Amino acid sequence: MASHKLKADSVDPWWVRWLLIGATVGFMVFLLVLPLGVIFWEAIRKGWGVYVIALTDRSARNAIMLSLIAAGISVPLNFLFGLAAAWATTKYSFPGKSLLISMIDLPFAISPIIAGLMYVLVFGLQGWLGATLASWGIQVIFAVPGVVLATIFVTFPFVARELIPLMQEQGSEEEWAAISLGASGWQTFLKVTLPNIKWAILYGVLLCNARAMGEFGAVSVVSSNIRGRTNTIPLQIDALYNDYKTAAAFALASILATLGVITLIAKTLLEQKLEQQNVQEEST
Amino acid sequence: MRTSRTSCKRPQLPGWGLTFGFTIFYLTIVVLIPLLALFLKSITMDWNEFVATMSHPRVLAAIRLTFGASFLAALINVVFGSITAWSLIRYRFPLRKLLDALVDLPLAMPTAVSGIALATIYSHTGLVGSHPFPLGIKTANSSLGVLIALIFIGFPFVVRTLQPAIEDLDQEMEQAAASLGATRFQTVMKVTIPSLLPAILTGFTLAFARALGEYGSVIFIAGNLPMKTEIASLLIVSRLDENDIAGASAIAFVLLTATLLILLLIQAIGWYFNRRTGRQA
Amino acid sequence: MSVEVRSVSKTYGNFTALRDIHLKIETGELVALLGPSGSGKTTLLRIIAGMDTPDAPSTATANADETDGSIRFFGEDVAKMSVGQRRVGFVFQHYALFKHMTVFDNIAFGLRVRPRSSRPSKSEITDRVHRLLKLIQLEGFGQRFPMQLSGGQRQRVALARALAIEPRILLLDEPFGALDAKVRQSLREWLRRLHEEMHTTTVLVTHDQEEALEVADRVVVMNQAKIEQVGSPAEVFHHPASEFVIDFLGNVNVFHGRIAGGNFQPGPLSTNSSQLQSAGTSSSANKIYVRPHEMKIARMKEDADAIEATVERINRAGVNAKIHLQTKQNDQVRVDLPLDQLDALALEIGERVYFKPIQARVFAPDYTI
Repeated sequence: MASHKLKADSVDPWWVRWLLIGATVGFMVFLLVLPLGVIFWEAIRKGWGVYVIALTDRSARNAIMLSLIAAGISVPLNFLFGLAAAWATTKYSFPGKSLLISMIDLPFAISPIIAGLMYVLVFGLQGWLGATLASWGIQVIFAVPGVVLATIFVTFPFVARELIPLMQEQGSEEEWAAISLGASGWQTFLKVTLPNIKWAILYGVLLCNARAMGEFGAVSVVSSNIRGRTNTIPLQIDALYNDYKTAAAFALASILATLGVITLIAKTLLEQKLEQQNVQEEST
Repeated sequence: MRTSRTSCKRPQLPGWGLTFGFTIFYLTIVVLIPLLALFLKSITMDWNEFVATMSHPRVLAAIRLTFGASFLAALINVVFGSITAWSLIRYRFPLRKLLDALVDLPLAMPTAVSGIALATIYSHTGLVGSHPFPLGIKTANSSLGVLIALIFIGFPFVVRTLQPAIEDLDQEMEQAAASLGATRFQTVMKVTIPSLLPAILTGFTLAFARALGEYGSVIFIAGNLPMKTEIASLLIVSRLDENDIAGASAIAFVLLTATLLILLLIQAIGWYFNRRTGRQA
Repeated sequence: MSVEVRSVSKTYGNFTALRDIHLKIETGELVALLGPSGSGKTTLLRIIAGMDTPDAPSTATANADETDGSIRFFGEDVAKMSVGQRRVGFVFQHYALFKHMTVFDNIAFGLRVRPRSSRPSKSEITDRVHRLLKLIQLEGFGQRFPMQLSGGQRQRVALARALAIEPRILLLDEPFGALDAKVRQSLREWLRRLHEEMHTTTVLVTHDQEEALEVADRVVVMNQAKIEQVGSPAEVFHHPASEFVIDFLGNVNVFHGRIAGGNFQPGPLSTNSSQLQSAGTSSSANKIYVRPHEMKIARMKEDADAIEATVERINRAGVNAKIHLQTKQNDQVRVDLPLDQLDALALEIGERVYFKPIQARVFAPDYTI
């Protein structure tokens, strides 16, 4: 494929290079590094005792529990959806395929607040289904189901988005080979497709999970801010911060920040893995 | 002897019905029906009521702030994002890999967490905000704070769009320009930047579109003063808190339509440049 | 007979990939489908494999047969059979090896995915894989991953994987297309030897005429969705049935002339009864095909119908020297001469010579052969 490019560009004079690198580093420090650092600093500034209490306090435990429930439901569902959508859009050709792929991306384009509002319009008491559901004794908005639904919406495309480009690139020759050797559809999927996409799945699931645990806007619209009842971790952070309980807010934030950092590391590792694979393929 | 023949269905890998069916079903339930609800709510709204809602000074101020700050943030991101992408791809320096990985931080970090972190640093007592404060510059509780938050969340979009474009940039093209006698500055201005233009435009629009709908990372640093530092998303939330669902839907409709139009524009940009350079999308 | 293709057509939208194809492949044969890209050869192979379906036959066709548009394996219509049920061994151009499995696991795949009732025991599978590894001369490579093999080795593994299921028919889609010339040559010979050993009915798709002529028992030359000619390699080479076949199989000089004296007949013509006039424009003008090695060159005009030309270039690399001539009408003509004959003539660049076809062919467009 491509010729090996000269990476370290000696074309630009040294002062240009150092100016640009300096600007990059400066900008990123102020924009990214300091905020990341301050989360952990503020979390433990008042000592480990405060940190531990902040995380084990009853309302914090409830918030963590609710976030886990929301992620626990939305991640498997969106994982299954991602697999199905990736298979349907990469293994077959049909009219309207690119439209379907764009629609899968829609939740990225829709602001979380608007997403929450949309669910209020469907499930709220003045919405389409709210009154009917209420008569059955089911409350969605301002209750746990609403939080779960909003979380499903905002994390909807993550697994599919990781899988579609990868499976498109891999094509379906290996699958056809397996079928021609007598394998069934499930055997082909489990033994041939799955091993080829497992790292992308892992990353997609991690990303989906990090977002599910951390979603704020959409969830805040559909949850009642009655603390301890429908507070997820981000909502709890919001409440604590507004009550000037900064240390407790940052303690909870540090959990989510750690999750975010793990996701970043996983992404970097995955990219390295893919790059290695490409290099290997090219070299032979 | 030509005869009309009807084409048979092509043999396919197994699983079409299951995967396509589930995809459409789930997409409809989770995305399309709620979207339809918003759409119907907006178009069934009385026109005068809609105009009245939207021309409320507080709404106008929020929309002006949202669009203005988003645009400005995207513009600043184009400058610093381009420099960042260029440095990360073209130069070798210590901690380069770490910085490269950190670019995605705003996407990986929950918005509320980013929000309180930015608010803390840029508050008038914060690590950074305390320095310009004596000079009368408020980096939090001001529209500058809104801008900072929007720069934060739009940054990865510009860098990640530009990086592959810079990587694909044919360095022989630059060498050719140099061999033809162009100075480095001329080469960059006449060869490099024009060939990166599609990516720059795409990155700009992505960052802009994302900023329009941002909520979590903004509200902590913004101060949320009506007419001054209140963004459109927050106004939707306030309207909902007042149980003014119609008003919330109207603002949401405008915001969403703008976002979708902008994203459509990206498609058009991609289509236009691909056609011009004969590249396949 | 192993495979029978009865009046198969295939269209993709406006594009006709196959038009009314009939083909019979005998058991134990190695048949090459040869043609340029877009000739329909790969489509035909995929239809035989069951990865593509032929168009449904139209009932409007006169003398329509109900078996039209069908593929039969050993007399049995396989239209309703899926790829897996047909038990064909398919070898893909780009190998399609399972990257995450070892060579051993790749070859064993088709046996391991069988339902328990028909699955061989573990030790049988091991035995069979080892035999196949020996067959493809990759003993000791079982635990390697495809990524660690060369292109030629990967293709052999792909072949062993296909053979492991004891296919009724082996289908090879441009199996050597992605390999270097040298590797291609040796794999070609190896495939031929393998075929002598196994006698599995084999269909090979290729656009490389040399490959088809060297490996196959019979060659099916395809062009523009149709079969141009079916025959042994010698037949198609020496008795090409159409302009396309002679043009596609090796170099050929095309003269726009007419043949005087004697009726126009399809098939080889002896130059005794003909007269070549370069660039003739008469109404009976036709194309006359002459292979470069079927020409003679003289320094004197020994025959009345010899054509005058200038020597432009002489390339002595190879068994035959390639001499490029230019006629007065600026037509380029190529003549191949054994090196000793060239030396005997002692030709110089720019020299005037006279050439004459020993054997020429014309193809009458009205005749279908």
